[in-house]
Amino acid sequence: MITTNSKYNVALERYHQKIADAAVEDMVLNMGPQHPSTHGVLRLELITDGEIVKEVIPHIGYLHRCFEKHAESLTYQQTIPFTDRMDYLASMNNSHAWVMGVERMLGIDKDIPKRIEYIRVLVCELNRIASHLIAIGTYGIDIGAFTPFLWCFRDREHIMGMLEWASGSRMLYNYIWVGGLFYDLPVGFEERCREFLDYFKPKMVELNRLLTDNQIFISRTANVGVLPLDVAINYGCSGPVLRGSGLKYDLRRIDNYSAYPELDFEIPIGTGLMGKTGDCWDRYKVRVDEVDESLKIIEQCLNRLQKELKRTPDFDPRAKLPRKLTPKPQDYYMRAEGTKGELGFYFIHDSDRKEIPFRVKSRGPSFCNLSVLEELGKGVMIADLIATIGSLDFVLGEVDR
Amino acid sequence: MSFDEIKLLLTDKFGEGIIVGEERTGMQPALLIDADRIAEVCLELRNNPRTYFDFLGCLSGVDYGVEAGRFGVVYHLSSIPYNLQLVLKISKANSRDLEELPSFPSITSVYRAADWYEREAYDMLGIYFEGHPDLRRLLMPDDWEGFPLRKDYQNAEYYKGIKID
Repeated sequence: MITTNSKYNVALERYHQKIADAAVEDMVLNMGPQHPSTHGVLRLELITDGEIVKEVIPHIGYLHRCFEKHAESLTYQQTIPFTDRMDYLASMNNSHAWVMGVERMLGIDKDIPKRIEYIRVLVCELNRIASHLIAIGTYGIDIGAFTPFLWCFRDREHIMGMLEWASGSRMLYNYIWVGGLFYDLPVGFEERCREFLDYFKPKMVELNRLLTDNQIFISRTANVGVLPLDVAINYGCSGPVLRGSGLKYDLRRIDNYSAYPELDFEIPIGTGLMGKTGDCWDRYKVRVDEVDESLKIIEQCLNRLQKELKRTPDFDPRAKLPRKLTPKPQDYYMRAEGTKGELGFYFIHDSDRKEIPFRVKSRGPSFCNLSVLEELGKGVMIADLIATIGSLDFVLGEVDR
Repeated sequence: MSFDEIKLLLTDKFGEGIIVGEERTGMQPALLIDADRIAEVCLELRNNPRTYFDFLGCLSGVDYGVEAGRFGVVYHLSSIPYNLQLVLKISKANSRDLEELPSFPSITSVYRAADWYEREAYDMLGIYFEGHPDLRRLLMPDDWEGFPLRKDYQNAEYYKGIKID
């Protein structure tokens, strides 16, 4: 027990009572934390009546590393590797959001050279494709299709290889730094990237033929796990989960940060093509469409990087790196579109002589996207619950932080 | 709708006492709200057709340090229809006694997103939310002692007799 004050133990006792009662009347089924369909170390306690799930009680925290405590004892630059480990499938997007927040607090966000902005967007979008490929592939495996998983990993490997070439690391890059980059892109990166685009576009068509338009897949996902728009907003869902429910809400367009205002791309939303708007298929389809949009963005970035923003011998991506990261005392909430949704960092900096933030709060998009599962899991079949979990596409590293 | 208009809207509805101060120094101005009435304020901001703050972006518990002896909660609201952002802050003095946690009203009835956020704030900082339907620990084990994100937290040496390195 935490304390002797009984007020603080009421909820825990109520929960124990509920599980004890359910064990008599219904069945309590533990799903996870090691089950592959829970996408990481998520444990779900299901109160079931036969095949029907009456209630889902998620238990998280198995991957909790207290990112916020780390951030309170390290400087802003030193924390970047920790942000990489939040959503480890899209490290670039995390560090991009963190770095932009710090740059705005320092007031240097307008001085970042255009080439650096474009490289940042380029690697972020590559990483977004990699993350969505994992989402698509593992979703296939949840439903029972093994081949798309292998195809997605095969294609993702090209992105991993390219990002490793740029940063020296396969998954956790530490590539985007406050005020610049770790290194410029290696010579020949743009050409290799174009090769990848030419290779990947037909693969996407193939993948759609195999999975997206597959009748078995559609039967398993359409009209399943329908998330109405008002519920999605009230639960704080964002990213493909919110857009799957039919709202055109993408922070890349709304906040217009970095190089995004100069780039041309669409925001795909769920339309209920195969069933109701906001069902699992819609959320899946939004991700597939976003891969196409990311490819468009990458193409535009490459055009700019190979023409007017060409690499020059004297270009130094570390030239603008501030010597000391000491922002003025202030609060700032930075939000950006991660691969899973609104990725936010709330900084409190209390002294202009200190290099360490007073408090950092991180808002992982998966955290809110997962919390809606309690609502979606009421009264569905266990098999449909698996389909719903996969369509939410969360990463436990970000839920637990 | 500007920051001042939102302020006026709140004082018209709830009286002058509802806003106890404001912070305009940073890039994002914040309203300091009377801590006991935050749930009503959020409900009004969400339902009023002139604001529609329907999206709770972030809810952060804050420990302002041992000398200050205060705990607070910061709400980042956004309005999707009007593309607005608003920061609300509440805070209370507290003695840091583990038997008397700082207590604020829960806004779970307004935003369901607050459910897990408030559980997290309770877990990490020991902030109690009055009226929360299920205020258990979220990230730490149920029987964990102490609140890790507090500024005076001492690292636990043992958990269930197992030494923590």
